[in-house]
Amino acid sequence: MKYSIFSLARAAFSGHKTWQRTWRDASPKDHYDVVIIGGGGHGLATAWFLASEYGVRNVAVLEKGWIGSGNAGRNTTIIRSNYGLPGNTGFYELSMKLWERMEQDLNYNTMVSQRGVINLYHSDAQRDAYARRGNTMRINGIDAELLDLAAVRKMMPFLNFDNARFPVQGGLLQRRGGTARHDAVVWGYAHAASALGVDIIQNCEVSAFVRDANGKVTGVETTRGRIGAGKVGMAVAGSSSRVAAMAGLRLPIESHVLQAFVSEAIKPLIPNVMTFGAGHFYVSQSDKGGLVFGGDIDGYNSYAQRGNLPVMEDVCEGGMALMPMIGRVRLLRQWGGIMDMSMDGSPIIDRTPVDGLYLNAGWCYGGFKATPGSGLVFAHLLARDEPHEEAARFRLDRFRRGAMIDEKGQGAQPNLH
Amino acid sequence: MRIVCPFCGERELGEFTYLGDAKPVRPAASASEDEVFDYVYLRDNVAGQMSEYWYHGGGCRAWLKVTRNTLTHEISAVEPAAGVGARKVGA
Repeated sequence: MKYSIFSLARAAFSGHKTWQRTWRDASPKDHYDVVIIGGGGHGLATAWFLASEYGVRNVAVLEKGWIGSGNAGRNTTIIRSNYGLPGNTGFYELSMKLWERMEQDLNYNTMVSQRGVINLYHSDAQRDAYARRGNTMRINGIDAELLDLAAVRKMMPFLNFDNARFPVQGGLLQRRGGTARHDAVVWGYAHAASALGVDIIQNCEVSAFVRDANGKVTGVETTRGRIGAGKVGMAVAGSSSRVAAMAGLRLPIESHVLQAFVSEAIKPLIPNVMTFGAGHFYVSQSDKGGLVFGGDIDGYNSYAQRGNLPVMEDVCEGGMALMPMIGRVRLLRQWGGIMDMSMDGSPIIDRTPVDGLYLNAGWCYGGFKATPGSGLVFAHLLARDEPHEEAARFRLDRFRRGAMIDEKGQGAQPNLH
Repeated sequence: MRIVCPFCGERELGEFTYLGDAKPVRPAASASEDEVFDYVYLRDNVAGQMSEYWYHGGGCRAWLKVTRNTLTHEISAVEPAAGVGARKVGA
């Protein structure tokens, strides 16, 4: 069904009893041209781009739980393209441009809100670093503005500008950045992909790969039976190592837990997405009024989807340093998701050494903003067997070649990225 | 999550720093490129019981080998592991 103001009016006059299901909950067929493991944002976006851009419509998305039940439903919904290194800069801007047309492309309200993303700076050295990053963005055709103290005061008068240790001195602003409604992104891709014939199969956990005599992957064993596949793509985030291990692969990835938090609803306060430059704290305010925020990963390997108190304390301290008045706001909910932390902090989108098996992983804790871009370039790889030009550096063998894309310069220590 | 340090007793997690999987062993200087690549970049990324190194920087400053379940965070063993930090960097 197509959504428009007319369909809304029609449904309103019939008491909203005529809405159809947004997407089709399919049962598995015997064989597909492409099977994608993982019904999160990336997997569903890949299926939609395969069907809409590359004409591959005999596609299934397999999800072990319900779609969007992993990190797609657990993130802090931030979208931006303020990266500094070749490889990342172009890719995230590709993704940003796809966010800007997503609602028209999918015929679904994903609530993309370009309210701006500002990274605050607190020292001269940090201003210089942000000026450099902003210049990198601008010479790549991405919007960036370096704001001085007066401009930040005007935009966010409520900040604790005179923090004795970390006074706010200004910020780097990307006006086109912002937020999107994460669940709607999942449903939007499911809606649009399903309409083009993609089978979305839930409660279908992959337990093994089916290989032919040459070792090529020709399908998957699942809790809903064997499903044949011309090609299999993995988009399983924190479970990447576990799924790859079924094909005998070891990946340059560790799984870590990242926590996110939401406060009780308050009146409109924070006009944008804001980050504290002297610690690790990022926050925006949801349309319902809750402050949605997060910080560092916990720092130890975990598959538990829950974190611990020291990081919670650290994140809240970051928030208090910027906005002491939020100390009187109650925390409503807190949760954890499992991040596929790569060895350089950047993603991997590539064929694997196993014929017929393709990998989309290593998003660390920045996968949400990449959703449309990741879908496009992974679909390109699956359809054409060669990398999309904006993902040509996200190769699995870059670690062996020494061609890392390490934004933070931390080296092969995933819990520091 | 609390860790029972063999020297200090049960302490909160914030006193400890994580190094990671205890299984990879730094290859000798004469090792092949493949062995070094494997050591630096590839991980088993265990889902289940894992041996790992923690540093008790907020207490006795000892290195510890902790056996922990990555699916549940349950810790089943903690033992001293003197010198692992230095060995990790080849010192």
